[in-house]
Amino acid sequence: MSALPGKPESLRDAYGQALLALGERDPNLVVFDADLSGSTRTVLFGQKFPDRFFNVGVMEPTMMSMAAGLALQGRTVYASTFAVFAAGQAYNFVRQSICYNRANVKIVATHGGLLVGADGGTHQIVEDIGLMCGLPGMTVIVPADAPTTRAATFAIAERDGPAYVRLTRENLPTVTDGSFAIGKAAELRSGSDLTIVAVGSLVARALEVAEELSQVGVSVRVLDFASVKPFDAPALLRAARDTGALLVLEEHSILTGVGALVASAVAENYPVPVRRVGVPDLFGESGEPWSLLDRYGMSKERIRDEAWELLRGRGKVQ
Amino acid sequence: MPEVVPDEVIRSLEATAREIRREVIRMTFAAQSGHPGGSLSVTDLLTALVFHELKIDPAKPTDPDRDRLVLSKGHASPAMYGALALRGFLPREELASFRQLGSRLQGHVDRTKLPYIEASTGCLGQGIGMAVGMALDARLRRASYRTYAVIGDGECQAGPTWEALMAGGHYRLANLVVILDRNGLETDGPTESIMGIEPIAEKFRAFRYHTIEIDGHSFPAILDAFAEARRTTDGPTAIVARTVKGKGVSFMEGKHQFHGKAPTKAEAEQALVELGRAPEGRA
Repeated sequence: MSALPGKPESLRDAYGQALLALGERDPNLVVFDADLSGSTRTVLFGQKFPDRFFNVGVMEPTMMSMAAGLALQGRTVYASTFAVFAAGQAYNFVRQSICYNRANVKIVATHGGLLVGADGGTHQIVEDIGLMCGLPGMTVIVPADAPTTRAATFAIAERDGPAYVRLTRENLPTVTDGSFAIGKAAELRSGSDLTIVAVGSLVARALEVAEELSQVGVSVRVLDFASVKPFDAPALLRAARDTGALLVLEEHSILTGVGALVASAVAENYPVPVRRVGVPDLFGESGEPWSLLDRYGMSKERIRDEAWELLRGRGKVQ
Repeated sequence: MPEVVPDEVIRSLEATAREIRREVIRMTFAAQSGHPGGSLSVTDLLTALVFHELKIDPAKPTDPDRDRLVLSKGHASPAMYGALALRGFLPREELASFRQLGSRLQGHVDRTKLPYIEASTGCLGQGIGMAVGMALDARLRRASYRTYAVIGDGECQAGPTWEALMAGGHYRLANLVVILDRNGLETDGPTESIMGIEPIAEKFRAFRYHTIEIDGHSFPAILDAFAEARRTTDGPTAIVARTVKGKGVSFMEGKHQFHGKAPTKAEAEQALVELGRAPEGRA
């Protein structure tokens, strides 16, 4: 596995193509979208399988109920829209119609986080991972690249029950070999002085910072925690034990996201210093996508500073 | 053209409905919680569905060809449990466990716990959407089963109710029947003084539903409406069933105070007498 990010690719294209393949494989599979099928790429499925594709317009809550109604008849159902609508607008419908009913609905939400960019804070949901992780029985996956998106799209089909996959609008560099498995963290780089736990768009930055630090003799482990729930606690606790400090990176509110999960798991089981890099308690705003990450506290400089802070605390550097 | 239903069938349905109403009183009294008012208003509709209209078999509750029933107003669970118990889907003795810890009889109907609960509901505005999904499934697999959604009138204030109705109309789901228990009262008082939903029949028609308005306590009228829905092949049917909240118990009728309040011992006794308490006198 290459230690540095590869060329940027579209996660949404990977999803659309994987969905097509699933549609060939399973004649009972049904797909829903809410007037964003071009953006989410479910349009590819819709063109190939028009009878099994329902574009319901701007009714995300009811889309979730309809998807559940079909799923309860023994079907696998995928439902896509932007994350702010899937997790935000439709929250209680995901909760009751899908999760409480144990309906086999796979929500693949695109446009999560600040990288939505120009559309601004209304559409940049940074709370969705927390909302979805709180739902009993929900699987939550945040792919970092196109190969993981493809693998996750297939993996959730194999696992009975609801799932939420958070994709990002921007193309992301390939950082994995696509060997994703639900419940498993991927160790993208080995290391002994510090572990960076990252998800989604920030995994590539984690690898870049780890490479920089290696130039000055610091050994950083990088874990891609794409499977946020179920959570790979053994890999996390191994990292805590082996490296003694954890830095968590996520394009999500630090109050309810992966950093909060990591901090509580570590505090309960193997207390070591943890620092969280993510979105503070703020809404986003319009802007160039990657500049937004920098502005809201997720720049490479900030990540490097937090890493140094942890390393200094451990006496690894001056 | 009304379907001819023999008088003894009507009388039998009326007797069954009285028995279900007595169970509603016993359940909500025993639990000292629950929703008697909206259970009593919907009892005749559920009785007509479970004992006459629906193609269902207690021996085969998961038969793929069974008709689907979604009780979107999931708080009317006592009426649903009473009907299912009398129809043989669960032991009648189990009704005493309503709302108790560990019971299959949850406060709001839960499909993961009981046979022939097609969808877990409770938070309003979600049942029709699930019913639309079921009706779409039948269409996709060319199955003959029909889907019935029973909704409340307070629920008609919820936006997603109209999203789901719009979808049923858009897809012209002739295998879908939406039944409104129009008892006129919600938790805090009359729907029309809180947030009016009238003219409700015109709204359903505007959403492309063949709409029938009936007395929701008249079995001949209910069965006629179901038959008319079956004859309607170009789109979904909505039945606006005018009902009385607390129907059958004099001091509960038309009282929003009994929406979510259990009867006291004295009230339960009187209610059972009014409902023609069963000869064995179990209360």
